[in-house]
Amino acid sequence: MSTTETGCSSTEPEVTGGLGYAETELTLGLPGAGGSRPSETDRKRGFAEAVGLNLEAASRGEHCGARSSDSSDGPVSGAVKPSAAKAQVVGWPPVRSFRRNALRSCTYVKVAVDGAPYLRKVDLEAHGGYEQLLAALEEMFSCFTVRHYPDERRLVDPVNGTEYVPTYEDKDGDWMLVGDVPWKMFVASCKRLRLMKSSDAINLATRMPQECSNK
Amino acid sequence: MTYFPEEVVEHIVDFLGSHRDRNAVSTVCKAWYQVERLSRRNVFVGNCYAIRPERVMARFPWMKSLGVKGKPHFADFNLVPYDWGGFAQPWIEAAARGCPGLEELRLKRMVVTDDDLELLARSFPSFKSLVLVSCEGFSTDGLAAIATYCRGLRELDLQENEVEDHGRQWLSCFPDSCTSLVSLNFACLKGEINTNALERLVARCPDLRSLKLNRAISVESLNRILARAPHLVDLGTGSMMVNHHTEAYHRLINAFLGCKSLRSLSGFWDASSCCLQAVYPVCVNLTALNLSYAPAIQGDDLIKLICLCFKLQKLWVLDCIGDKGLAAVASTCKDLQELRVFPSDIYGAGTTAVTEEGLVAISSGCSKLNSLLYFCYQMTNTALVTVAKNCPHFTRFRLCILDPGKPDPVTDQPLDEGFGAIVRSCKNLRRLSLSGLLTDKVFLYIGMHAEHLEMLSIAFAGDSDKGMVYVLNGCKNLRKLEIRDCPFGDDALLKDVTKYETMRSLWMSSCDVTLGGCRALAAKMPSLNVEIINESDEADEFQENLSDLHKVEKLYVYRTVARGRTDAPDFVWIL
Repeated sequence: MSTTETGCSSTEPEVTGGLGYAETELTLGLPGAGGSRPSETDRKRGFAEAVGLNLEAASRGEHCGARSSDSSDGPVSGAVKPSAAKAQVVGWPPVRSFRRNALRSCTYVKVAVDGAPYLRKVDLEAHGGYEQLLAALEEMFSCFTVRHYPDERRLVDPVNGTEYVPTYEDKDGDWMLVGDVPWKMFVASCKRLRLMKSSDAINLATRMPQECSNK
Repeated sequence: MTYFPEEVVEHIVDFLGSHRDRNAVSTVCKAWYQVERLSRRNVFVGNCYAIRPERVMARFPWMKSLGVKGKPHFADFNLVPYDWGGFAQPWIEAAARGCPGLEELRLKRMVVTDDDLELLARSFPSFKSLVLVSCEGFSTDGLAAIATYCRGLRELDLQENEVEDHGRQWLSCFPDSCTSLVSLNFACLKGEINTNALERLVARCPDLRSLKLNRAISVESLNRILARAPHLVDLGTGSMMVNHHTEAYHRLINAFLGCKSLRSLSGFWDASSCCLQAVYPVCVNLTALNLSYAPAIQGDDLIKLICLCFKLQKLWVLDCIGDKGLAAVASTCKDLQELRVFPSDIYGAGTTAVTEEGLVAISSGCSKLNSLLYFCYQMTNTALVTVAKNCPHFTRFRLCILDPGKPDPVTDQPLDEGFGAIVRSCKNLRRLSLSGLLTDKVFLYIGMHAEHLEMLSIAFAGDSDKGMVYVLNGCKNLRKLEIRDCPFGDDALLKDVTKYETMRSLWMSSCDVTLGGCRALAAKMPSLNVEIINESDEADEFQENLSDLHKVEKLYVYRTVARGRTDAPDFVWIL
């Protein structure tokens, strides 16, 4: 496991053409956010001050974890837990350990990269959102760097310039693009991750969550 | 003087079920004490350190059923260090010596070892029922002993225990001659299970009515089990991860169609919305539903399911049900008595969750509601007043606003008036947990109105000692008081020391009590154990070296007839 500081890159998302098709432009925004940046209120709830998921903060060059007071505490390996004093109060909220662990323990998923000989595992719940997850993936497969598209990131192998798009298999066995659904729903439904070559990813359709209940 | 022959007294006493009535009867006179103690079959010890086990066995030699509780409630939230105590060993050993006719044992928040379980299994030939709740210290080896040696076992119920996994063989230890199981719950086990052995066990136990599987049991296995046990009344599914294009899914649908007796459903580990259709046929008969371990079930699919469950009396869900989902519950579940809404997002910023709106909706739709546990992001006084008016039958009301000390977001006021309305309206309130911004006033209201309150949990509340004193003075039936992070100090602690003899226990952590105050309490009340739990570096200091002004981090006071404890670890000082 990498022991560097939080791998959250902090350069501002650049506006480029992406795939060139406005309709299929991939975003990491919450549904309904359209092509614009997800508004702060969509992301911030509860212990708002502590959560580092803030694109404006990213654009100011802060690390994702910087707002959390414990970011100086050494290896974080991409896991940025909101660590405001409130969130770290022992025994709060009053939820039994069994329940805490039960709702947490299943979130390790395998990560495969097209063309790589080995798999890795990542704990989804260790990350606060898509930003941190991709940062962790970047660290994990450290040969990659992150290239930014409007509200989207792709991982790039600098050797041959191949772009990889993060995809995941959900509980129904379908392969989806990472970033379509709210983070929590993603964590609950993601069975495994695959960094797919972006040339293969064009064929994936974005699916709205309601489709499931129509079947 | 009227003389009642013993047989008559015994006959009368036989009609008395509750512990309280029997306890009262036993204090009338020596003769009645004798009759009562020899005829008592169910014994409940609310605090394992209140009395030595040998005394219990000596007093009630014909006891058939024993319940013992160990650690204080706040141990659930990691506030009590791991090796504080609460050992089952002395109780099982004493029972093995003194009450070999024991048939049922129920332990909560205790440390139980594999040796304890083996001793239990071998010592009681008529043993029928073991219930372990929030216990730890044992492994599947201990379960193997229970399975092997408890002939005629009817119930093995493991609720939310920390069990070390030493392999899957334990289930195979139930002999072929074991056909008596009525209830089997191993949902808390983390490891694999021998599914063949399980299926055969289920097939040969015709009286099996309650079965709760763990996460390791697949849908395929569940299908086979349900085929063999269609008379189940209470089912905890294993992993509900299933793709609805598969054969397994269709078998699941058929399996549930066959379960005509099913009234209670839980489990749903790893379930997503697509498995819900399979349970639609049983929804109309369900009286209890626990979806609180299924974070992926939410939104419209969840609502669709709820709308079929019109006989529901007990519902446990995650807060991703949202206010909208709670409104659906309110309009469908008119018989609802108990609702628990747990937080799905314990660690970070929230997504859809519930607010006061959901609770108000529930209160207007479900007038029979008497037990509530509700985690939410915010609450208003207006909402609480409305809830109090709509639901005067609450016996248990636990509200947890996730942000400690948060005021009413509309008025920016403390929630004193809201909780005040609850205690005024709910005359039978026995248990109350407070949260949000609260001043001393709420405690004044509680002291004035909560006549039947037995258990009160307070966190991040109050302004001064007055708050605690209002409660101690006013609540005549208070049995358990647990406080954390409140500005209550020695004055409050020492105001009425005899009060603690009428209570089971008092817990105070991160408050303002000092070592001097605790020493004074211990000196005045020898009938209490005054425990200081000291985990800081200063624990290396001897207690004598610390001044009276030293702030006590954790204080646990309880009445006892067993002075002190022989098993206290170094960091626990009994003053």
